[in-house]
Amino acid sequence: MASIDAALLDFQRLDRLAAGSSALHRLDPRAKVLVVLVFLVSVISFGRYQLSALLPFFVFPAVLIGCADLPAGYLARKVALVCPFALVVGIFNPLVDTEIMVHLGPVAISGGWLSCASILVRALLTVSAALILVATTGFPAICRALEQLGMPKVFAVQLLFLYRYLFVLAEEGGRAARARELRSFGNKGQGMASYSSLIGSLLLKTWQRAERIHMAMLARGFTGAFQVRQHYRFGRPEFLYLCSWSALFVLLRLFNPAELFGAFLTGLFS
Amino acid sequence: MSHHIVAVKNLRHVYPDGTTALRDVSFRIHHGESVAIIGANGAGKSTLLLHLNGYLVPTSGEIQIGDFPLTKGTLPQIRRTVGMVFQEPDDQLFMPTVYDDVAFGPLNLGLTGDDLDRCVIEALERVGARHLVEKAPYHLSGGEKRRVAIATVLSMSPDILVLDEPTNGLDPYSRRQLIALLKEFRHTRIFTSHDLDMVLDLCERTIVLKDGEVRADGPTLEIFQDEELLEECRLEKPLSLQGCPVCGGRR
Amino acid sequence: MHMADALLSPAVGGTMWAASAGTIAYCSAKVKRDLDDRKVPLMGVLGAFLFAAQMINFSIPGTGSSGHLGGGLLLAILLGPHAAFLTIASVLLVQALFFADGGLLALGCNIFNMGFFPAFVVYPLVYRNLMGTRPSRSRETWVTVFCAMIGLQLGPLAVVLETVASGIAELPFETFLLLMLPIHLAIGLVEGVVTSAIVSFVRKARPELLEPAAAASFATWSLRRVLVGFLLLAVATGGVVSAFASKDPDGLEWAIARITGGSELQPRGPLHQTLARLQGKVVLFPDYDFPKSASKTEPAAPAKVEHSLPVHSGTSLAGMVGSLVVLLLVVLSGLILKKRNLRKVYGIH
Repeated sequence: MASIDAALLDFQRLDRLAAGSSALHRLDPRAKVLVVLVFLVSVISFGRYQLSALLPFFVFPAVLIGCADLPAGYLARKVALVCPFALVVGIFNPLVDTEIMVHLGPVAISGGWLSCASILVRALLTVSAALILVATTGFPAICRALEQLGMPKVFAVQLLFLYRYLFVLAEEGGRAARARELRSFGNKGQGMASYSSLIGSLLLKTWQRAERIHMAMLARGFTGAFQVRQHYRFGRPEFLYLCSWSALFVLLRLFNPAELFGAFLTGLFS
Repeated sequence: MSHHIVAVKNLRHVYPDGTTALRDVSFRIHHGESVAIIGANGAGKSTLLLHLNGYLVPTSGEIQIGDFPLTKGTLPQIRRTVGMVFQEPDDQLFMPTVYDDVAFGPLNLGLTGDDLDRCVIEALERVGARHLVEKAPYHLSGGEKRRVAIATVLSMSPDILVLDEPTNGLDPYSRRQLIALLKEFRHTRIFTSHDLDMVLDLCERTIVLKDGEVRADGPTLEIFQDEELLEECRLEKPLSLQGCPVCGGRR
Repeated sequence: MHMADALLSPAVGGTMWAASAGTIAYCSAKVKRDLDDRKVPLMGVLGAFLFAAQMINFSIPGTGSSGHLGGGLLLAILLGPHAAFLTIASVLLVQALFFADGGLLALGCNIFNMGFFPAFVVYPLVYRNLMGTRPSRSRETWVTVFCAMIGLQLGPLAVVLETVASGIAELPFETFLLLMLPIHLAIGLVEGVVTSAIVSFVRKARPELLEPAAAASFATWSLRRVLVGFLLLAVATGGVVSAFASKDPDGLEWAIARITGGSELQPRGPLHQTLARLQGKVVLFPDYDFPKSASKTEPAAPAKVEHSLPVHSGTSLAGMVGSLVVLLLVVLSGLILKKRNLRKVYGIH
């Protein structure tokens, strides 16, 4: 099951990035979560045919990757892997919408192609923003941020448990799958029957594990309420971070620097 | 203090499905003693341990920890007194970072702020894992996980430590280090293990369980030299005692 | 299938976020009230289990392709609706963050599509009713399969509705529906077969695990309350959004008039009009709200483009050049920042 191992490694790599020590990593996670939300809303609030106005938004992922010293190639590969799913639906746009909207010299571009490209750019922007959020913040911190922003505690705690045991169980599942693969030849033995009992026994083991965890919690004085320490402070750097990015996104939403730039440059030469 | 005793009297436990795991177990462990509970698979070791901090309720019989008999009312006090380290550290370490995990118990005891910090750091320093404080449990090695698991219990400053198979799955070096660490503790200690060499190293007294009953209870060295007893209980002499001319080993 | 940020408009995304967040709050309160303190770790660990299970594939007979468990219905059967919904939501949140499946704004849609339907529609209304109290084995099998299939029709249906309502993708409603539903009928069948096999595996090994969820009293009034809450929420959100959209009705009408009245271009089909109207309604910051940007020739509002096309085809060239410059600047700034960081790290040595 090379694919499971690979997926796990990939997961862990992204997870480890969050252990970085840049100034960005040290910010209160709430600021980072909020900025990403403002970013996402700004990006998707553009009309269907917008393309050039979306491009300046790449400044956000680029600056963050630079500041936090994240591996750009790795993140780009991850983003590229996801984009086809958005394109599956977007690719129909050129077929449906063939009306010519833009002329680039001799080339005429239909609205469909424009909106399809717009979908692609949106996907690149939104996906990279999400990945960068994880890579600079880390999942547990995101959970805490969301909890402080009003997410119910039960849900937050449950998320932390999920995250904690994800690696444990994925490895356990991976071992079981490997054992099945080694004893099956071709597609024989990989069918639904063996799958169901494999997953079934994984489920039972998981359940027992949950019981043991609960035992370990009781042994340490757990009485039903989770006590969580607070260790972040929403100070001036956070405030600055949130305000400056939000202001920039609003500005980029209202004015299109690509257009302005282009007009200026082509004006110079004509 | 002389009241850190563990007394078990005529303990019997029958699981809901009818299996009798413990028939009749009695022993008394005194303050500062280090005692091993050994026995074959299914002899009832784990069931016995789960009684010591009140996770399982006896079908009949009595358990006394320190000055208190184990009842529903004394449960919180007893769980604070008995620090239980489970066999699988992955079950014990359930929080996202080492800090959170070590802080889990003290937080439940009501510690906050600097007191909490100090308590966590002290516990981690005690097991030599201070540097792991911000790590995530799944990034730790097997030996590190054990140490942190012990720290999660030490942070509650228990009087009695109960460890289930502490050296299970460790490489020789980590095992050695862990044994050295456990030797330093002055708590009343109760171990279960199949690692009989560790038992020989750490425990002056051994209790042998067989089919839910105490088959033997005495000085460790004496028990390990009783080959008949060992064979009957599906156990073996520790390797360090085998083939030794002084102790009269035959193999 | 996951709904993606790229296909979503803020209004639809926001509405679904509100709906999902509301349901999460409701379920959390419910689980907390149940006072079963072993449930929270159990939910978390089962979420991790579902994650692991989805990484393992099985081959589907006769097709050469492979599939994996979705798990919505399975969790509902094991945990009951409230805990199941929370667990599904948390799995989706992790997937959105780490694998960028869908995206963060689309998360509201995805949680709703994949959590609400199995946990609050299929399980309580269909599964429990058809199952009865003491089901035979064959009954258990077909009910499970049937329920999985319904769940996997409702989810994709919602995806189609959300996509079309967002109006970013232009695939017509009927075509999209025809593409999605038959595929998911097959997926649902497979999911059902696997789910029922796992449930019967669990029943054989540890039947007591299946009891608590089934015994948990699921009062129908609570569901009704949820549904009413939703309706109110939807109406409220819709109101806010349409208030936004109708702030400048003249502009909207003007835009539509331009589209329908474009004489030198072929008239667009009625579907396009609907879509365009929808688009105009649901875009949170409609372009006509900003006269500043309207004076620049943006391809955003179709009306303006048509109007300006014959005159300034040069502006789109300008847009192109400008875009390239901006991208270049962006990449450069990232590189410079990164360089500076590296120098900071290694500069001491």
